[in-house]
Amino acid sequence: MSSPIQLQTDETFVLNVGPQHPATHGVLRVKMEMNGEYIVNAETVIGYIHRMHEKMGENKTYPQYLMNLSRMDYLGALGYSHGHVLVVEKAAGIEVPERAEYIRAIMVELNRIASHLFWFGAFVMDLGGFSPLMYALQDREYILDMLEAVTGSRLTYCYFRFGGLYNDIDDDFIDAARRFIPRMRKSLIKYDKLVTGNIIFRKRLEGNALLSKETCRKYGASSAVARGSGINFDVRKNEPYSVYPDFDFDVPVYHEGDSLARYMVRMKEMEQSLRIIEQGLDKLPDGPIMPKKKPKLIKPPAGDYYQAVETARGSFGVRLVSDGTKTPYRLKLRSPTYSNMHLFDESCRGMMIMDALAFMGSLDLVIPEIDR
Amino acid sequence: MSLTLLNVIFAVVVAIAFAAANAAYLVWAERRGAARIQRRPGPNINGPFGLLQPPLDGIKLMAKQLIIPGGADKVLFIGAPVLAMYPAIMSFVTIPFSDSIVAHNINVGILMIFAFASTGSMSLIFAGWSSRNKYSMMSAVRAVSQSVAYEIPMLITTITVVMIAGSMDLMEIVHQQSSSILHWNIFPLLGKSHNILMPASFLIFFICTLAETNRAPFDLGEAESELVAGFHTEYGSMGFGLFFMGEYANIVIGSCMTTILFLGGWSCPFGLFPGVWWFLLKLYLLIATFIWIRWTFPRTTIYGLLNLSWKILIPLSLVNLLLTAGLIKVF
Repeated sequence: MSSPIQLQTDETFVLNVGPQHPATHGVLRVKMEMNGEYIVNAETVIGYIHRMHEKMGENKTYPQYLMNLSRMDYLGALGYSHGHVLVVEKAAGIEVPERAEYIRAIMVELNRIASHLFWFGAFVMDLGGFSPLMYALQDREYILDMLEAVTGSRLTYCYFRFGGLYNDIDDDFIDAARRFIPRMRKSLIKYDKLVTGNIIFRKRLEGNALLSKETCRKYGASSAVARGSGINFDVRKNEPYSVYPDFDFDVPVYHEGDSLARYMVRMKEMEQSLRIIEQGLDKLPDGPIMPKKKPKLIKPPAGDYYQAVETARGSFGVRLVSDGTKTPYRLKLRSPTYSNMHLFDESCRGMMIMDALAFMGSLDLVIPEIDR
Repeated sequence: MSLTLLNVIFAVVVAIAFAAANAAYLVWAERRGAARIQRRPGPNINGPFGLLQPPLDGIKLMAKQLIIPGGADKVLFIGAPVLAMYPAIMSFVTIPFSDSIVAHNINVGILMIFAFASTGSMSLIFAGWSSRNKYSMMSAVRAVSQSVAYEIPMLITTITVVMIAGSMDLMEIVHQQSSSILHWNIFPLLGKSHNILMPASFLIFFICTLAETNRAPFDLGEAESELVAGFHTEYGSMGFGLFFMGEYANIVIGSCMTTILFLGGWSCPFGLFPGVWWFLLKLYLLIATFIWIRWTFPRTTIYGLLNLSWKILIPLSLVNLLLTAGLIKVF
């Protein structure tokens, strides 16, 4: 299985997996040096969908850049916007009304569930089971409809503003969200019965691609990749931001370090997100969604600011260097998948191609987010 | 032309028509079935219930250009899809649908069907080899190891049934099971053999049929998420169409064999309607199971697949063979 085998011959061939390949879910290219079915060496080649988001950040004013963030990760876009607005608010000293922060948290968690649902379906499809994707998409559709009603878009949201939100949520949304929570809990039980208990599924994932704590730390992995290897790190708990300290939720951690552990972490995370949404809806305060006092032109004072958030794919950091003008001097985006993906090169050596691609699926890669 | 030659031509034409119609409409059934399982409508636009979808798909495929990749072995590349389709069609010639409906019965029917079936994997090898594509090549290698591993338990189980019947004639095998439901080979309480392990034999045969027809969860040759489309990655147009139809024709053959060997062929548990309908009922129930399994299970791994065959199925089928032989001697 994942233990490297003694390779008998020196004769190898190079297999180009991607940039157009069903398993890479985007334009990631993996140059695999193969010995039959076994991988001798793998090299991930990125940059096929590089759009210079960081450079754009230096040329656009702060509000102009808002929509770029949601184009980074098209599955969990709100988490990324959250990081960006938080760092600019920190830099410019903008107060955010409490209601806006609560709504932000609810939206981000909904988006996280949507993202995890899509990953769940795509991951099982990587393993050859097509049906769970359709079930997952049905639940995801419900979330997207809810988000669309409030934010105006289904995938690439531009919902957060500096200091608040673009649109307040209404009773319809709250009703829909309240109905969604029990429905999703039921669905999660169904997924467990349908997929988690499946013998083929378990046999393929148990012991597949064991990642040690050290490897995860070395590459700066976060999200389920780190938490599946026993590293209890979640930005929401360890470096609290926004209103997350108000919520009571757990960080699921598994110590096995195999693909099944990563799968389990994400499945449990969805349950925790549901808890956060439930509490958020209960505690939702009244009030404005934009601050009364807000500078017309956002010009943060010169300085170096950093804010990390926990997105669906892990710890996302925005570093903002301002020189006091209306555009940033430097906007560095620390994308979690970039770190998670680079584990792959080292860890897949000696694996069979089908195990390696299952491993790749368990990393939850979104390529536009790597290339930025 | 002599009458025999006419008969043969007629038989082949009917077999081709049956195979092609089945293959085309099983694609439709598969897509509708998958849609049912996944809670979506499936093809429902063309004709009532989307029933015109298969002929339209066929027209589309035929209208497309057949692209032969540069550096490919042309003869094998064009020959491989034909080779995928013909064993199934030839096998239909000898399959008895009822007492009287059989194109041409021969007394070594089983031998003939398995001889043709084993050439089926040649088409995958040829397609994989001639495409000049690494994915296709890997798929071909997988297909070889898979067919070697699964033909053995399949044949051993068949020998068990042949031993019970004492004949290789498919008609004869069905006749021996036709007294009552308890004479069926799947659970022969009254037949010649009283082997209680026969249900296991049935399962082994069914699993082997799944593997031999490259169906999920054993579709390692096609392995969409790993090998793109496996052996038919480079095929377009009707070349792909033939592979596709060949797969379904093989499923029909596999299900026919399962019905005849284990489920009593056209013999009816409580004769409501003529035997041929019973045969078709059993046949399509088995095919529905194929579809059901495909859309429920994820794919196994290559080592999981080989382990299952060499470590479980082959020993079990050998035990069953010995047990049956012993029981026949005793009773």
